[in-house]
Amino acid sequence: MSPDPAEAQRTAEGQGSAGGRGSAAGRGSAEAREQGRRLSPARVLDVDPLLDDPKTRIVVCCGSGGVGKTTTAAALGLRAAERGRKVVVLTIDPARRLAQSMGIDSLDNVPRRVKGTEDRREASRGDSGKGGGGRREGELHAMMLDMKRTFDEVVEAHADPERAAAILANPFYQSLSAGFAGTQEYMAMEKLGQLRAKDEWDLIVVDTPPSRSALDFLDAPKRLGSFLDGRLIRLLTAPAKLGGRAGMAFLNVGMSMMTGTLGKLLGGQLLKDVQTFVAAMDTTFGGFRTRADATYKLLQAPGTAFLVVAAPERDALREAAYFVERLAAEKMPLVGLVLNRVHGSDAVRLSAERALAAAENLEDPRIVDQGGGKAGLRNSPDPYGSSRSPASEAASDAPASEEGSPADAERPVDRLTAGLLRLHADRMQLLAREQRTCDRFTARHPEVAVVEVPALPGDVHDLTGLRDIGARLAAGATEHTEPT
Amino acid sequence: MSRLQVVSGKGGTGKTTVAAALALALATEGKRTLLVEVEGRQGIAQLFETEALPYEERKIAVAPGGGEVYALAIDPELALLDYLQMFYKLGGAGRALKKLGAIDFATTIAPGIRDVLLTGKACEAVRRKDKKGHFAYDYVVMDAPPTGRITRFLNVNDEVAGLAKIGPIHNQAQAVMRVLKSPETAVHLVTLLEEMPVQETADGIAELRAARLPVGRVIVNMVRPQVLDAADLELVGAVTRSSVAQALSAAGLGGARRGGNAEKLVDPLLRQAAEYAERYALEQEQRAVLGELGLPLGELPLLTEGMDLAGLYELATELRKQGLS
Repeated sequence: MSPDPAEAQRTAEGQGSAGGRGSAAGRGSAEAREQGRRLSPARVLDVDPLLDDPKTRIVVCCGSGGVGKTTTAAALGLRAAERGRKVVVLTIDPARRLAQSMGIDSLDNVPRRVKGTEDRREASRGDSGKGGGGRREGELHAMMLDMKRTFDEVVEAHADPERAAAILANPFYQSLSAGFAGTQEYMAMEKLGQLRAKDEWDLIVVDTPPSRSALDFLDAPKRLGSFLDGRLIRLLTAPAKLGGRAGMAFLNVGMSMMTGTLGKLLGGQLLKDVQTFVAAMDTTFGGFRTRADATYKLLQAPGTAFLVVAAPERDALREAAYFVERLAAEKMPLVGLVLNRVHGSDAVRLSAERALAAAENLEDPRIVDQGGGKAGLRNSPDPYGSSRSPASEAASDAPASEEGSPADAERPVDRLTAGLLRLHADRMQLLAREQRTCDRFTARHPEVAVVEVPALPGDVHDLTGLRDIGARLAAGATEHTEPT
Repeated sequence: MSRLQVVSGKGGTGKTTVAAALALALATEGKRTLLVEVEGRQGIAQLFETEALPYEERKIAVAPGGGEVYALAIDPELALLDYLQMFYKLGGAGRALKKLGAIDFATTIAPGIRDVLLTGKACEAVRRKDKKGHFAYDYVVMDAPPTGRITRFLNVNDEVAGLAKIGPIHNQAQAVMRVLKSPETAVHLVTLLEEMPVQETADGIAELRAARLPVGRVIVNMVRPQVLDAADLELVGAVTRSSVAQALSAAGLGGARRGGNAEKLVDPLLRQAAEYAERYALEQEQRAVLGELGLPLGELPLLTEGMDLAGLYELATELRKQGLS
């Protein structure tokens, strides 16, 4: 299957416009540019219609490590709950303080109601009547995945107590469930399937594991499923099953050779553990692959929405682009890109170059040639060529205006102002860099709707902070509609 | 200086970059280093702006003074086939195993075997000698899995040795563990001056220490230059708007009167300063937390022009200057 941008676009539009007040997708970038501080994607993602739409049942947040996936998932969950939906957020590895603030720092593998949510529909929704279905109050539940426990529960649910005990005590099982390649991803998807099957929540928001590759959660279930259902397993378990049948004798020879090789490689005991484990699993519940397939289908289903999360940095966006392509190839419904930590400035008219030149003027007053209101900026400051201008003293009435000469450069207000200008120059350079990085992404994927979340100076670890992020996620779209 | 330098860090902290810069720094003055990638992300190739690395040691850079950096992306599947061939002359059987899914099983699902193969290959490179009895590489630098998984990754050999009680995997696991737990190895953690990476670093160090793995340094990456110092920041709160407006005006940015161009800049600039102050305070807090870890700290600057090959050399020079290599 090849990625089909048109298809992705249809999917994105279908998802985006499903909500009450229509999609903001496709809004021109001209307005965005006017705003100056936005990175002006071709299409803007509006999260509110997505969160309000009763048809949206699962939102999957994916992306590379360190881009704020967990925070985004939690913020979306809170926003949806405060807009009247009954939400559960499944997080994989939240920051400790965030987990504490949501009351999910104890690992009990079941969703807990998060206290302190508010019904904010009047304030935030205005006339939009769709979504919650009447005035039922929203709820936010959250849980942190315990992969070993989830695996244990799968076993316990499908095996009789005796078998279950045997499996749980198997050393191979214990290692497997403690989280080797793919287990976490597999269990995250298993838990998602369980939560969805319970049908207790209107909306499930999932945060994907911090994988070696961001795609592992798509691949791991299949891999584990096909392994557990596969030829190797049948081969390993075959001696036990086929034991007596005469006609199969020749096959047994081949197999014992093979198991002999494996035995040499893995050590006899390990192979035996694997065999017992597999035999126990195999007879108790057939179809790990069936489960994996079901999860995979769930991810393709119409009620599922994928959000790729990234930061405006080269690596994160490269990974995001890869993700977008992969989701399209897998026919997984992508709704857009959440671009976290985008920097802005309220003084975009002052370019980095002018700010730096001005800072140099202040730091070396000899080159300030005009004072008062007359802009007399020299484009290429030349600290050695120009003579000291007396006007510079008159220009600023610094509180600590000491004696006339060289100490001038040390006047605190001038020094501070020069610092402010340098800070601004750094900011403008950062903005330009982020813009370039994002342009490269949009050039490659113009069909992907984007919402930008401004960078915050500090970390988020309470509901107020999450609510703020949620508002910023939603404001990404409204700011484009109502430029100020 | 340990000959196996393992570089880990939370996702997004730039551990691949630091590992690469460290390999360059260690290669300076005629040394030869091997930079090893274990997660199949081809991050090294991207960083050095070359095509994807094969499972083959390949020279990717020269260091100042005639040193050389080689790189290797370890592919667990090929590493396993290597072992089968090396220990059992099982080339053909390897293919048969592959058909059955056994290789796939061993390298992706079987507990820890993948990790054993990866660390095993790195340790082999550390111990390898040429015909004259010199080490093939002076240093091996590993771009390792992130902090959250590093202890399990490195310690997996212990677990595997317990699980596979006999056989070559058991022996291999034990041999690898001897290297990893010796002073031959140093595990460095890369962090940013932000709460989560610092917290994860502290947790990671505790885990490494509990597993008795040798912790090296903490490397604070992407440190922003100090634009405003403590005195400036104090003044930000006290300064009058009009005096800033006048200074801006004097610098040639327009009128200082109300509504003048310079005056209009005052609020946005002071807001940016307030954000800077908030971040600065948070960074100071995190610095204090890192200081309590009792480990040597290194610092690498944020490269404002973004990361490229030239930047990598800059970071390598910085590492040498700080005596980190």
